Amino acid sequence: MKKIYVNEQWCLGCRLCEYYCAFAGTGERDMARALAGMKIHPRMRIEEKDGISFAVSCRHCKDALCVKSCITGALTVTDGMVAIDQDRCVGCCTCVLVCPFGAVASTAHGVMQKCELCVQSSAGTPACVRGCPNGAIVFEERGAAR
Amino acid sequence: MGINWIYPEHEVVRNRDRCINCRVCERQCANEVHEYLSEHDKMVCDDAKCVNCHRCVSLCPTRALKIIPSGNTYRPNSNWTNRTINELYRQADTGGVLLSSMGCPQRYPVYFEKILLNASQVTNPSIDPLREPMESKVSLGARPRDIQRDENGRMINNLPPQISLSMPVMFSAMSYGSISYNAHESLARAAQELGILYNTGEGGLHEDFYEYGANTIVQVASGRFGVHSAYLNSGAAIEIKMGQGAKPGIGGHLPGTKIVGDISRTRMIPEGSDAISPAPHHDIYSIEDLRQLVYSLKTVTGHKKPVIVKIAAVHNVTAIASGIARSGADIIAIDGFRGGSGATPTRIRDNVGIPIELALASVDQRLRDEGIRDNVSIIVGGSIRSSADVVKAVALGADCVYIGTSALMALGCHLCRSCHAGKCNWGIATQEPQLTRRLNPDIGHRRLVNLMNAWRHEIKEMMGGMGINSIESLKGNRSMLRGIGLNEKELEILGIRHAGE
Repeated sequence: MKKIYVNEQWCLGCRLCEYYCAFAGTGERDMARALAGMKIHPRMRIEEKDGISFAVSCRHCKDALCVKSCITGALTVTDGMVAIDQDRCVGCCTCVLVCPFGAVASTAHGVMQKCELCVQSSAGTPACVRGCPNGAIVFEERGAAR
Repeated sequence: MGINWIYPEHEVVRNRDRCINCRVCERQCANEVHEYLSEHDKMVCDDAKCVNCHRCVSLCPTRALKIIPSGNTYRPNSNWTNRTINELYRQADTGGVLLSSMGCPQRYPVYFEKILLNASQVTNPSIDPLREPMESKVSLGARPRDIQRDENGRMINNLPPQISLSMPVMFSAMSYGSISYNAHESLARAAQELGILYNTGEGGLHEDFYEYGANTIVQVASGRFGVHSAYLNSGAAIEIKMGQGAKPGIGGHLPGTKIVGDISRTRMIPEGSDAISPAPHHDIYSIEDLRQLVYSLKTVTGHKKPVIVKIAAVHNVTAIASGIARSGADIIAIDGFRGGSGATPTRIRDNVGIPIELALASVDQRLRDEGIRDNVSIIVGGSIRSSADVVKAVALGADCVYIGTSALMALGCHLCRSCHAGKCNWGIATQEPQLTRRLNPDIGHRRLVNLMNAWRHEIKEMMGGMGINSIESLKGNRSMLRGIGLNEKELEILGIRHAGE
């Protein structure tokens, strides 16, 4: 299964991925109109320290702790991808606590959100991958999931 | 602070309606032009620090930025232009030699723009390169004068060593140090994929790039940085750099701050020491001396690799080229006054040397007149900007062209001409790790390959239009050229007729 991977060697820490991610969820056609004056809640975050930076998003673990711990069954594994049904999420944050990558976070309205590989959009390639200016974020097949 | 004599040249214009305060511009500007004021939740910028490299403009996700001339002007004066006045103020301030980068940007004639190409109509058929074979390959090196035969009458292969190229374009010399590791890797990988050559420049060859040897020209310059037997034998050809179009008559100076880590090791000089290339080669004061170096290099490499001698296009270029053609060198590279550089004194860049078009035409003619044109191939560089320039250069007599600036532009260069500051926002002319990583060679080499493939298509289209199906038939074919708006003397030097003739 194709997943999002980050080659930190090429990550510039520019955070464009965060903005493209946030924009991808808005359904708007123009980023300026969608995000001007807004605080963004991207499903991908840049972590940086000591000159090294990389984008962190859901690893879509084979044996996902978040799915196991979800008290309402909002998190499921669908075709190898960890998906969230926000209608079932009650905002208990258990998934946030158990995710070893810090890849689940809450939205502005309380329920959780996470990277779902832009499957909701028709683009095919996730927005962060298309938006990365240095090819640091890739969407590819890399053997068996852990 | 005193008096602020110089008003910023550019103004960064931010469209507040489109800015989303994502701070990408702030993170990407090594010159620290942009700043986010958290207490006001807004971006501000300091125009005075802007070099107009367009990194922020290109990465802004909402197209909220543009850079325009600031428009501030002294009282208009045709003699004392804004630029002249500012440079004078700058020197009165610092007492220093003015430094610049890249090629001469001044308003001298661009002869390529005053030359038009021919095309076939009615009486001679044009060729469609998509349907008919079209040869873009070239071979560089000396051509044998005579056919030699053995006792059985069989021809003896007496062809001197050659460089074989898939198209008449190579990447010109840019040293590791003046440009980054990633820029070099992009050039090397692109050259390999394209079947052309790139050039190490005078900084030696990083050990990682020996694997691209078959597509590498190794350079020997006056500083002899990184030159050793394995280096000389690693490439497909050796280039002796006598001069550079951007700075004829002077040497080079890579500041000690750039001599770090691998660059120090590759150049074989201590970390932090300035890499100074003397103006002359201290062992070359005549064509005879040059011949000694040519043959030393041939000896080291077992006479298996062609030797290129690169010179800047200067007033006596024809006589110099004639000497080089008799020195045992296989190829002459001529660099015109528009040629680029990572750092050059402004006055030299803008006032020394001659246009490559005139140098090429006169050298080709002189070598023909003297019957020694086959002794050498000719490579020209110094602002080859498009496939049309390539075709015109070949028709004027070049065997091949060098591109440097065009190649760097494919990698992201926006000609801000600030290489000498060492803070290239595009990760090309810098050694700061945070900046060099901005050039991902996976992307860089792909863009170079794209550019060259595009040019190759265009070259074939133009040749086909002329009814020519190989570069060999175009070479020196000046009947395919016409001048436009040129005087008698210029036409005479270029060896072409005026449009309408």
